[in-house]
Amino acid sequence: MIALGAHAEFIISAYAGVFLGLAALIGWTVLAARQTKRRLEELGDNQRSNGSAQ
Amino acid sequence: MSGFISVLTREIRLSLRGGGEVLTLVLFFVIVGAIVPFAVGPDKVLLARIAPGIVWIAAFLAMLLGLEKLFGPDRADGTLALYRLADLPLSAVVGAKVIAHWLTSALPLILASPVLALLLAMDGETFWRMVLSLLLGTPALAGFGAIGAAITVATRRGGLLAPILIAPLSVPVLIFGVGAISASGGPDQAQAAALLLAALSLMVVVLSPFAAALAVDWGED
Amino acid sequence: MTIDTTPKMTWWNRLSHPGQFVALTRPLILPLALLTGVLFAAGLWYGFFSSPPEKYMGDTVRIMYVHVPTAWLSQFVYATMAVSALGTLVWRHPMADVSMKAAAPLGAAFTAMALFTGSLWGRPTWGTFWEWDGRMTSTLVLLFIYLGIVALWRAFDDQLRAARVVAIFTLVGAVNIPIIKFSVDWWSTLHQPASVFRADGPTMPGEILTPLFVMFFAFTFLFITLQLAAMHTEVRRRRITTLERRAARGEA
Repeated sequence: MIALGAHAEFIISAYAGVFLGLAALIGWTVLAARQTKRRLEELGDNQRSNGSAQ
Repeated sequence: MSGFISVLTREIRLSLRGGGEVLTLVLFFVIVGAIVPFAVGPDKVLLARIAPGIVWIAAFLAMLLGLEKLFGPDRADGTLALYRLADLPLSAVVGAKVIAHWLTSALPLILASPVLALLLAMDGETFWRMVLSLLLGTPALAGFGAIGAAITVATRRGGLLAPILIAPLSVPVLIFGVGAISASGGPDQAQAAALLLAALSLMVVVLSPFAAALAVDWGED
Repeated sequence: MTIDTTPKMTWWNRLSHPGQFVALTRPLILPLALLTGVLFAAGLWYGFFSSPPEKYMGDTVRIMYVHVPTAWLSQFVYATMAVSALGTLVWRHPMADVSMKAAAPLGAAFTAMALFTGSLWGRPTWGTFWEWDGRMTSTLVLLFIYLGIVALWRAFDDQLRAARVVAIFTLVGAVNIPIIKFSVDWWSTLHQPASVFRADGPTMPGEILTPLFVMFFAFTFLFITLQLAAMHTEVRRRRITTLERRAARGEA
């Protein structure tokens, strides 16, 4: 890792904050997708609008 | 045209009947302005410097109060449904409502503004600039208010949502409104701000009835 | 002679059918996600190991590689929402509703990130976390508009009705954002004539432009991937609502 100079803490916290934000965003998207898929299976969706062509 | 005028007079008569509402609004406006010195201290120089901002914040908050009454009661008693079916275009009805809203909730504030000017140690010249600025800027607030009220009329918690939606849109009104009063940037800047404020008001007043009517119409069925 | 009234299955028609839309765009998600991952890896490598510190700002210039892309997305996502709003109002395109709804929280998140990195960049370069500078202030107002839109979506039960009302507000906001930007610029120059640091001032050397461009595309592709995934989720959510309503009616 290279030295980040006098303001390393700002650079690291900026990247850490963005990383956490992106991780939360991706996690939330994936979680919501899983939940809706599971709920659709529970409901016994026969139209298959959740996947491959009809 | 006669339909437009009858909607206008109906709206004005409804808000003046009882008489209490307009008075409450004016009282709120004066109290918000008068409570600031208690928070920042009775320093006359400081008060005179921030007076334009205080007056505009008080006017902005006071105009938010009447928003729920703009479409809410009409929707509850079915008048709004009748308006949608009327020969008069809905945008004209909303336009009449915007004018009535301005007449009953902005004009009284401007008439009461000398009280605040006195309390906040404004000098005479600043006072007249403030009256001009309020006259030019409050139509834009009424227009934005109509949009916010129309958008939230069909929702469950509209009363809280409308101010949240309108506040960011009203940023330019507050900036140019205060800019037109305070002489910090020199007289040129104040005049430029007043002209920009007038342009903004004109645009909002012309466009908002159409946007609000569309929102009322499509929020219903 | 008969007139053929069956709708043609053009790509436009296929896109406007939610199930068809999902089926068409589903295979895109995995490649897009992989591309995003590769771009992020390359961007981070360029940003930290292959670019020198900048002459005036030193190493803090590395914050720019996450700040500029998020700031760009904060406006690009609003543009996406505004175009989708037009799609809802003018063509009544069903997927435009879905796209609008999926984009709003993403835009709010990217705008918040732009503000966060901007203030962390501002502390070492300007000496303060928050400066009432034109660009930061208008980004803050934009964040409020995004949050208002998210709140408006949640206030409606019927999502089809919500879509049309939100579309109107989105377009009102789109007309207003340039005015807000102009007024905030006017206001900030009035109150602080001493101009603060401007990133568009000096031309940037290539070593800094490369990681910036790679990160720019990485963030943009990340948005496209998340947008598509969120749209698929929203399509499924509507299907769930329909099925639940049907089940409730059947049992009642």
